[in-house]
This record gives sequence, C-alpha cells and structure tokens, in this order.
Amino acid sequence: MKLELDHISKAFGDFYANQDISITVEPGQIHSLLGENGAGKSTLMNVLYGLYQPTSGRILVDGTPQTFTGPGDAMAAGIGMVHQHFMLVPVFTVAENVALGAETTRGGVLDLKETRRKIREISSRYGFDVDPDAIVEDLPVGVQQRVEIIKALVRNAKVLILDEPTAVLTPQETDELLEIMRQLAASGTSVVFISHKLREVKAVADVITVIRRGRVVGEADPKADPTELAALMVGREVHLNVNKTPAEPGETVLKVQDLAVTAANGQRLVDGISLEISGGEILAIAGVQGNGQTELSEAIMGLTEGRVTGSITLDGKELVGMGTHQVLRAGVGFVPEDRNVDGLVGAFSVQENLVLDLFDTEQFSKAGSLNLKAMGANSAHRIDEFDIRTPNAQAAASTLSGGNQQKVVMARELSRPLRLFVASQPTRGVDVGSIEFLHGRIVEERDRGTAVMIVSTELDEVIQLADRIAVLYQGRVVGIVPADTSRDVLGLMMAGMTQSEAAVAADAHGPTETTAIVEEGGVL
Amino acid sequence: MSAQDQMIHREKSLLQRIAGGSWLVSVLAILVSLIVGGILIAVTNEDFQEAATYFFARPGTALGAGWTAATEAYLALFQGAIVSPDSGFLPLTETLTNATPLIMAGLGVALAFRAGMFNIGAQGQITVGAIFGAYAGFAWHLPLGLHLLVVILMSVLGGALWGGIVGWLKATTGAHEVILTIMLNYVAIKLLDWILNTPAFLRPGETNPISPIVDKSADYPVIIPGTRLHLGFIVAILLVLLVWWILNRSTLGFTLRAVGENPAAAATAGMSVKRATFLAMAIAGGLGGFAASAQISGTEHVLANGAAGSIGFDAITVALLGRSTPWGTFFAGLLFGAFRAGATNMQISTGTPIDIVLVVQSLIVLFIAAPPLVRTMFGLNRLAKGPKPKAPKPTTHVAEVPAAPATVGAHAAKGAGTVPDAADAPTAVDSPSAVDAGPSTAKHAADPEPPTPPGEAGPTAPETTEGGSK
Amino acid sequence: MSTAALKPAPSAADVTRRPSWKIPLVLTALAIVAFVFFGALGSHDTATFGLASGGDFVQLPALVVSGMVAGLVTGFLLLAIAGWSLALARTGSTLPTWAIVLFGVLFVFGFLAWAVSGGSTPNISLTGLLKGSLILSIPLIFGTLSGVLGERSGVVNIAIEGQLLGGAFSAALIGTMTGNAYLGLIAAAVAGALVSMILAVFAIKYLVNQIIVGVVLNVLVSGLTGFLFGQVMVADPEAFNQPPRLETLPIPLLESIPVIGPIFFQQSIIGYLLYVVVFAVWFALKNTRWGLRTRAVGEHPKAADTLGVKVNALRFWNVTLGGAIAGIGGAFFTLVSVEMFTKDMSGGRGFIALAALILGRWNPIGAALAALLFGFADNLASVLSIVGTPVPSQFLEMLPYIVTILAVAGLVGRSRGPAASGEPYVKE
Repeated sequence: MKLELDHISKAFGDFYANQDISITVEPGQIHSLLGENGAGKSTLMNVLYGLYQPTSGRILVDGTPQTFTGPGDAMAAGIGMVHQHFMLVPVFTVAENVALGAETTRGGVLDLKETRRKIREISSRYGFDVDPDAIVEDLPVGVQQRVEIIKALVRNAKVLILDEPTAVLTPQETDELLEIMRQLAASGTSVVFISHKLREVKAVADVITVIRRGRVVGEADPKADPTELAALMVGREVHLNVNKTPAEPGETVLKVQDLAVTAANGQRLVDGISLEISGGEILAIAGVQGNGQTELSEAIMGLTEGRVTGSITLDGKELVGMGTHQVLRAGVGFVPEDRNVDGLVGAFSVQENLVLDLFDTEQFSKAGSLNLKAMGANSAHRIDEFDIRTPNAQAAASTLSGGNQQKVVMARELSRPLRLFVASQPTRGVDVGSIEFLHGRIVEERDRGTAVMIVSTELDEVIQLADRIAVLYQGRVVGIVPADTSRDVLGLMMAGMTQSEAAVAADAHGPTETTAIVEEGGVL
Repeated sequence: MSAQDQMIHREKSLLQRIAGGSWLVSVLAILVSLIVGGILIAVTNEDFQEAATYFFARPGTALGAGWTAATEAYLALFQGAIVSPDSGFLPLTETLTNATPLIMAGLGVALAFRAGMFNIGAQGQITVGAIFGAYAGFAWHLPLGLHLLVVILMSVLGGALWGGIVGWLKATTGAHEVILTIMLNYVAIKLLDWILNTPAFLRPGETNPISPIVDKSADYPVIIPGTRLHLGFIVAILLVLLVWWILNRSTLGFTLRAVGENPAAAATAGMSVKRATFLAMAIAGGLGGFAASAQISGTEHVLANGAAGSIGFDAITVALLGRSTPWGTFFAGLLFGAFRAGATNMQISTGTPIDIVLVVQSLIVLFIAAPPLVRTMFGLNRLAKGPKPKAPKPTTHVAEVPAAPATVGAHAAKGAGTVPDAADAPTAVDSPSAVDAGPSTAKHAADPEPPTPPGEAGPTAPETTEGGSK
Repeated sequence: MSTAALKPAPSAADVTRRPSWKIPLVLTALAIVAFVFFGALGSHDTATFGLASGGDFVQLPALVVSGMVAGLVTGFLLLAIAGWSLALARTGSTLPTWAIVLFGVLFVFGFLAWAVSGGSTPNISLTGLLKGSLILSIPLIFGTLSGVLGERSGVVNIAIEGQLLGGAFSAALIGTMTGNAYLGLIAAAVAGALVSMILAVFAIKYLVNQIIVGVVLNVLVSGLTGFLFGQVMVADPEAFNQPPRLETLPIPLLESIPVIGPIFFQQSIIGYLLYVVVFAVWFALKNTRWGLRTRAVGEHPKAADTLGVKVNALRFWNVTLGGAIAGIGGAFFTLVSVEMFTKDMSGGRGFIALAALILGRWNPIGAALAALLFGFADNLASVLSIVGTPVPSQFLEMLPYIVTILAVAGLVGRSRGPAASGEPYVKE
C-alpha cells in the first residue's frame, strides 16, 4: 500500500503544529520521521490516524484521497498505530484488548476463540511469545508493545505507525524492535518510525524525513552524516558538549549504604544500593526507566511509600526516617523527574511556585502569615537570574513552556545553600537553548562544592554531565564507572551486565547497531 | 475507593471550573433559573390550567393567568426576603438570619474544596455539632457570655470531630471523601434519632424526640430588637474574614491550596498531605459546627430531628455559587438566605410550595457549572469572539514564529498556542464551547476543529511553545 | 546482538505475597463477640422462628432454639472458621469465599437468636423476615444497577436517589392519570432515563464534575417532585396521586415451595423484572460486545477510542439505560409498596444503593447481594423493634453506612473501581 500525505496542515487556534507537510511512504518501506520533541511529528500521525482532522491537505491511499473522521476509518484503510503511551486496557486480557472494537460474536455472545488463534499465529510468525490470556498489566513493557503491534496486524494494517516506540525500552530491547520492523517491512508492511533518536533512525530507516517546528525541513539518506542530520533536526549547529572543568571532589557528602526499598506487594524496587558522592562532583545515575532510579531519589527525599531499609547519610547525618520537609531543610535540593506532577503546582503563580518548599521559612513567613513582599522580591530576583520567560510573576506556572517551567523548579531549588543537589531528568521535554542553560547551572552548583546526583535515562545527558556514572538495573547498582566509559559498555550494563561482562561482550560482538554511530559521528 | 489519581484530577477540573467562569455567567444563570421557576409556577397554577383547556380559543387568558401566578409568587418571595409594604425592612433581617448558617456551612464546603476535597458532609457535621452544642446548652448552666462561648465551642468541636473523621480516614486509608461524607451524614442522622430517645436528651415529660430548651444564657443575643437577627450573623462575617485570611495569607492556606491543586507536588515540596487533608476536613467540619450553633443558639433553641434542616445540602450549592471563595460564599449565602426567607412568605401568601426554591437553587448551580450552556443560550460566544474568521491561510501563521501565548487573545492567554506533540498531546479539559456556538461553526469539509483551550488542564497541561513568551 | 544477558523483568506474580492479617483478625474479633455476647451472656429463653406460610406444599414446623445454646454453638463454629483463617494467613493464603459467606450467615443467625430470645415477644417469622428483606432490597438493587452501568462506563452516578424519586413520582402521576399501573411503570423508566440524560449531558458534553451534577440533580428532583406534589397532587389526589397497584403474580407450583416460594415467587412484575435485569446486566457486561466496550470505556476510554469505539455515545446511552432501570426501582415505591407518592419518599435509598455498588465492587451480582444485605439490615431493624429487643433500631439502620465506610477504608478488602470512572473523555 502506498500512502501519501499531501500538503497537510494542522492548526490549533492560531498555532500551526503542522505546516504544509508532504510525505510519501512506499510499500514495504521503513520511513522515519525524525524531529525534536515538539516538532509536530505526533500531531501529524494523529492526523493520519484520524484522531485529528487536518486543517488543510489530503491523505491518499494508493492514490485515492481519503477522509478519516476517526481511527475506525484509518484502520479500515489499512493504517495501524502503536501509540507512545500504549492504548491498552490494563485489566483486560491480551485477547480482549486485541478484540476490542473488532469483536466477533456468536449469537450475540463474544467469541474470543478466533482472536486467540490470530494472536498465536502472529505471535509465532514474528517470535513474539505472547499469551492471549495474560492480563496486560502483568506483562513487561516490551511485551505490551508487541500486543499493540499485534492489535494493528490483526486489523490487517498495511502501514504501521510507531510513535517513539523505543522510549521505554533497553538498548537491547530496542535492537529487537528494530529487527521486528525489518521483518514487517520484508513482509510488505510499511513502517512509519517516529523518533528523535538519531542512532535508531539511522540504523533502520530506508528514508528519513526531518521535521522541525511543524515543517518538513529535509529528506535525508540514512547514510548521511549524523552531524548534518542533527543540525537539520534542531535548526542550527549544536554544541551539546557541556563546558566543564574536571571535578575537584572534596569530602564525601552523601553516603548510601545497603539501601533497599520494598513496595507494599513485597517487590524490591531498590535492592541493596551503596554509593557515595563527594562535594564538588556529579554522579550520574544511568539506567532504563523503571529500574529503581525514581525510588532511589524518592528514598533520599523521604518521599517513598515503600519500606526503606539501610542507611542514607548526609554529612554523617542519617536521612532515613526523616520527612521530606526535614530532608529539604538539611540542605538537599530536589528536581523531580516529572515537573508537572511533582515539581510545580500548575495553578499557582510563578511567584508561589518559586517558594513552594520555602514558604514556611523565616524569610517568607512570620507567625503563620505569609510575607508577600519577600515573596515578590524573591520572584523578581529569580526570574531575572534564570531568565524565566513569563508575562509576570503572577502568571500561572501551567501557562509557561516546559523549559521555563523547569527553570522555575531549578531556580527554586538552587536558591538556597545546598549540600546535595538531586535532579531527575533535569532536561526532559526542554528546548535545546534551555538545556544548555540548565546544564550550565548544574555544573556551576557542582563547582560551588555541592554534591550533585543526576538521574537520567538519556545516555547523552549522562555522558555529558557526569564525573562518574552509576548504572542501575533492577534496583541494583551493576557498576560505577568513569565518565569516559564507552556507550557500548554502558548500554550492556543498562541491560544488566557487569562492567567486565559488558566489556567482553562489547569486544566480542562488536558495537551494537544503536551504539555504532557514536564512534562514527561522535554527536548525539 | 482507589483511583486516587483520578480523583485528584476530578477535583482539579472542579476547582478550575468553579474559579473559571465569569460573574456575568452567574448573573445570567440566576436569571434563567428564576425564569424556569416562574414558568413552573405559571403552568401548575390552577387558573392557568383551567384557562389552558380553551388555550387555543383564548391564549391570552391562559398566559395572563400564568403571568399573574408567577409574578405574584415572586413578589411574595421578594416581600418575604427584602422589603414589604406591611413590615418595611423586617424581612431583610429574616434573610440575614437565614443566611447566617448557610454562610458558615458554605465556608466549610468552600475551604474543603480549595484543599481539593468535596465535602458533602456538612449535613452530618452540623447534626453532630448540634448534638454537642445543644447538650452544652441545656444540660450545663453557665454564666451569661461564657455559656454561649461554651456552646459555640462544643458545636465546633462536634462538627470538627465529624469532619475530622473523614479527613483522618482519607489521610490514612485513602478512602474517598465523597462516599465517607455521604455515609457519615446518614450515620449522624441515625445517631441524632437515637440520642433524642435517650434519657439524657429527651425532654422530661415528652414522648416525641425533642430535647429541653437551651438556656437563655446560651443564646446568641439579638442584634435588632423585635427581629430574629442575632449576633451569629456578625460571627459569620468574621468567619468570612478568617477563612479569607487562612486561604490567602497564611502558610496553612498555602499548604491547603497546594495540596488541593497538586498533592504530589505539595508532598515533594515537603508538605504533609495527610496533615493538610485532616486539617482541612476538621476545619471544614468546625465551620459546619458554627452553623450548628447558629441553629441551636440562634433560631431553634432546641435539638430535634432534622436539626440541620437542609442547610448542609444548601451549603454545597452556596459554595459552588460562591466559586469557593470566602466572599463569593458570603454573597451566595445571602442570596440563598433570601430565597429561604422569601419562600416561606410565598408559601403562606400564594400557596406556592416552598420546594420551588430548591428547583431554582439547583438550576442555578447546574447552569453555573456549565458556562458554555449559558453562553450558548445568550449567544455570548458570538459576542465575545466577534465574527469567526475564515479558515486561516496556512502561510500567514507559521509555527516558526514563536507564537506568544500571552498575545493571542482570551483563550491564548490561558495557554493556547500549544504544541500538541510527542509527550503530551493536548488533554484539553475545558469544554469545547465553540462547538455549541451554533451557526458560527457551520460545518464544511475542511473546517478546522475548534481551538481547544488547554489552559485549564492543570498539571496535565501540554507544554506550551518553547520560548513562547519571548 | 547481545540479548543473552537479558534477565526477565520481575513481574507481580514472582513476588511472594505477604500474609494479610486484617481479615483473620476481624473474623476472630467477631467470633469472640458472638461467643461471649450471644452465647455465654445470652438469654436462657427460647427464640421461635416461623418457617411456614399459607400455601406451602409442606407446612414446616417452627424452629425453636434456646438463645444461649444457639449462641454458644454458632460462636464455637465461628471461632473454628476464624481459627482456620488465622492458620491460612500464616501460609499466606486466604479463606475461600464460601467460608466467609458461611461465617456471615452463622453470625447473623447467632445474632438473631440472641436478639429474638431476649425480646419481649420472642417469635418471628423467618420467611417473613427474608421476604421483607427482598422487598426492601428491590429499589436498592435497581438503583445499584444504575450505578453499575454508569460507573463501569466511566460516569459516576450520585444521582441514583434522584432517579428513584423521579421514577416514583412519574409512576404515581401517570399511573393515576391513565389508570394503568403498567403505563405508570413505563413512565417511571422514562423519568429515570430523563434524569440520567441530564447527568449525561452535563457530565459528558459540558464536562461538569460528575459528583456536582449528581448532588445537584438530587436536589433538583427533590425540589421538582416536592413542588409538583404540593402544587398539583395535594390539591386533587384522586386525579393525580392514587395509582393502581401492580398486582402480585404468583408463579404456580414454584410459589408453594416452603420458604423459597413465598420469598421469590410471589412478586409483582417489578420483582420478576429484577431477576431478569440483574442477570442480564451481569451476563452482558461479561460476555457481549457491548459489555467489552463498556468496560473498556470505563477503564481506558482513549484506548477504546483509538479502536473506533464511540466513547461518549456509549457512555451517554449506558447512563441513560441505568436511569431507566433505577426509574423502575422507583416505581416500586408507588406502584407496589404504597399506592401514593409522598415527598422525598425515596428517603436516601439512592445513597444506600451507591454504598451497595461499592461494597459489591462494581459487579452487578456483588452489588445486588450487597443491596440484599442492606435490605436485610433495614428489615431486621423494624422486625426487631416489634419483637422488642434491647438493640436500638437506629444502630441496625446505621449498619449499611458503617459497613460501607469500613469497605472504602479498606478494612473489608480493597475496593478498586473502574479506572476512568469520573473522568470526562475529551476527544482531541
């Protein structure tokens, strides 16, 4: 099936998320849409899948113009989509999820036999190993993704859209997915692969279309120079290497010993972590999402709901057992991984958010009464210092852009003397300009003698910021390695190998596909 | 009940909706509700029904009869609530008297709202507060002044206890406060029913469940002699000021609001969500207790079944109409107080059942909760937006121009100019008001979807344009 | 590619369950209460339970037991079950459901024997007690099904009370005006559906908080029916408020089975409709296309939408259907119980139905059983006040509310509602 997007535009109010985009996907082709977060890739695919109506432009299937009023139409036309956030009902079985919307019934009663048969068939064809009767919420993320692919294939998708499918996978799972994409293409199914990860796109795509700010800025050959592609993607020459001098570690500030966090159901989310961070150094915690990073930082902050054993000391003071308030007062700054959920009160003003964990200090309150004057002075100062782009200090934080929201959180946490600074995903969903700024501030804080712990799932960020890297896998530290450790080794460690195993494996097999580019290009 | 996260979001949209509407919408909502009420009075009027049998022969007679019925009823309502030829401004004092417990209990509902909780339990809190207060009123005999103070304190204690149970259970077990408060309302009613039959509470010589009359020393002093208006009204005003201070100027209020808007962020910032939850419900209950004191020491002077009347439920509508702000609640309380005072007069002089007030009140809240409906009714969408522009030409608005959210008009000010991409596509929460705008969104093939103003989406709000407000 | 080193991610199933002591401890406490109060401190007098009624095949003799003996025996059995559950808890497993049900039945029997034997007229008809319980449960069960339909498709329905009341009013009004009870029944369903439609429109189209709409709708219906009652019905009851009764339709043969016959097979059409509707809703939710989609829409509406399910339309019609069902329940008040409408005659039963919904964990059968339990408690309260027992009837009447509070507080197992319940779905 040949799919054409013909001069598609999509506006939200006065804002154009997609502007005059034309793309052709040939049968059996892997067509990559490469672009930064917020470039308009997902909007485009939602238009294609019938979730949005295009403001103008046409969609053609095998040369015939189509109008999709909903996903049902798109599916009927042979388009399937694997969403970034899976569209699976967690409490349903795999078969129920696959059947939903295309149920077969016998005498009015649901008949899942046929669905199960199809699942088994597709499952064995692509080596998926999916049990039709498993409850989806019990399945690992990688398997859930395969259920999504099965859902599309059962509906005879001829074009499969994968929206940022590797965000939640380990490098090795990613490689498996890329292999699946190749198989699909070989069997005639076109694949539209949406990603902002250059390496993956280069590894698998037949054609690359680069999108920036809602427009197609170029079509590229997968063999193109990665630096060029990156420049195309972000619109200017990128210097993502952080300017930082070698660390001058002082005394040990944070000492974590045999830390374990046990969830209510008995699962060990953090399983015996020990590490140390000295003043004036950055320790980066690397790992695929969901391997205990969140729980580690929550345990330090006294936020975890699980049972904590072991010890966390700050300058020799025990933090385990302290409430979050006490931990903050002990001189710990914290940037949570999801600023919208944990870092900001969206409806509060910028001014209020800038004192969210300081409002009850002497500086900002007296006898239970807020000192609005001091709050105002503080916000004026921070907005200036961090170049926070906001109409005024009274604007609700939710109206700010992601980068500026993150600046509010950072400004607040760095506005008092710290001994330890913990930042989770400090630049997730933040524009390039702000990333540089925020990285600069983090290094500055280090140079002030603060111990810094960065938790990031972005290997690039880890490598750029870290003085040392601790890799987490299934709640354990599989190794603490120097910052110049190769991507290959780090990737394998993130999949659970120890450093020595990983080094051997990396040598034996040569660089894996997704890591190979690094050596070629050295950017991103 | 699990699904806490959902509940958090539920409350979010609730609060934003309450805060988001305009006062114009409130006024129009009141107007429409009164008209609907008037129509109801008109068509159920006997003269109208009689005339309606020959409606097509003489429609004027029927319409005239209906008009007369409705206007007479509303005139009686007005005379009972504000001013009448016979008794001057005496009815106004009745309005203020009726408003007193409504304002107090309404503040309790509003404060809980602001802390992210839906307190349907004012009824139970008032009931238990009344049990405590009444007992102190008739069983203890204390000096003038002190006695009233003790009765108020006991009422507040009872209400705070009943509210506190909810806060405590929610904080420790995660049980949802809506279910808890509904259930505790009924427990309180049964408790009152039982306790009135115990020797400690039953008036000697009575078989009907009614308590002894509280001591004179336990009464709120009457402010204007010859009326029922008592000192409780002044207390209500002071409470409005107190709640305003708590919410807007105190560290406690900062915590309550933060927990109400985003409990996860509040916890991360070192606030104790559990403590805030408990305190908010206990304070809310305490405010309900004040309302109980207004009943016991202000107007009723005894404890009987139905001690809370319908104040607890009216308080919810009062808080909603007042958009959960202290002064909004005050004025909404005055309005509903006027309805209550006027309805009594209306029933007496025109025979119109008092229940019409419930209809009008609930309609007001329904309309206020759905501003798009009101705007549609009055064509405000078109007025506000002016003629809808033709589908914008793609070339004139380019995404590369940093679309400044603050400069793109009313919607944009709330955060339009959104990049609905990648991580979070717009989870727009505001109603698709433009959809209902009638002719202005005539469908044609390439018509763009109406802009979804996602500004109200709160923590799930999509990211706005990077560098947008440059 | 080096995938060999990949270890499987830990799944929930691998994690060993930690023993839960909550339920065993509650059971033990109850068993001790039963043993001590119903048994050791029980009355030496006897309690008589009548089992027979007029038209039975066989006239069963009345059951006569000594209060103390019955208390001791049930107390002993209860302790045995509690002990078993304690033993099971040590190994990390829990009691089978039937044992918990047996525990409940035994406890209730022990309580009855104690309460009746201590009364001034220690004689009740067990058949009558159970039949009365079912009768009181009928509106509750219809109401709770309305809640099930709403919440399973993602709309919180606090307006059950209003739907019951609207149904009761319309049944009385239309039944009287047409002189036909069946037309009244249909009118009740329509009225309930109308109330639901308001809920659905405000919740789904205008995205108003569903709890607000529910609460306000209850007030609206109360005000509207109260107003019309005062304005129209009171003036001329003969023309507007004397509906004909829905006659009892005993099922031949079945009605003569002792105990069971009089309870289940001497009902009006509403009673038989109940059996059908409970089964139909349960079966359809589980086994039909509609059910699968309804559940999906209540759990993850966006997922359903991406598969072409019309989320909001499905929600709208499910809520409306629920309202019609609750309306029928409301008709029971005016067409079966008493042949007239009175103000606020639903008396908070809509909220008990809501409680039953939660206690029954959003499952039609579970919710119906919970409603039966509440009906039983309600009926027991009035029966025991006639018998003249020492327990104040108010405390029995409180029981449904207290049990629900304990349930939502997680003391009686964890309740987990549909994930998207209360969440409006906005299509982008």
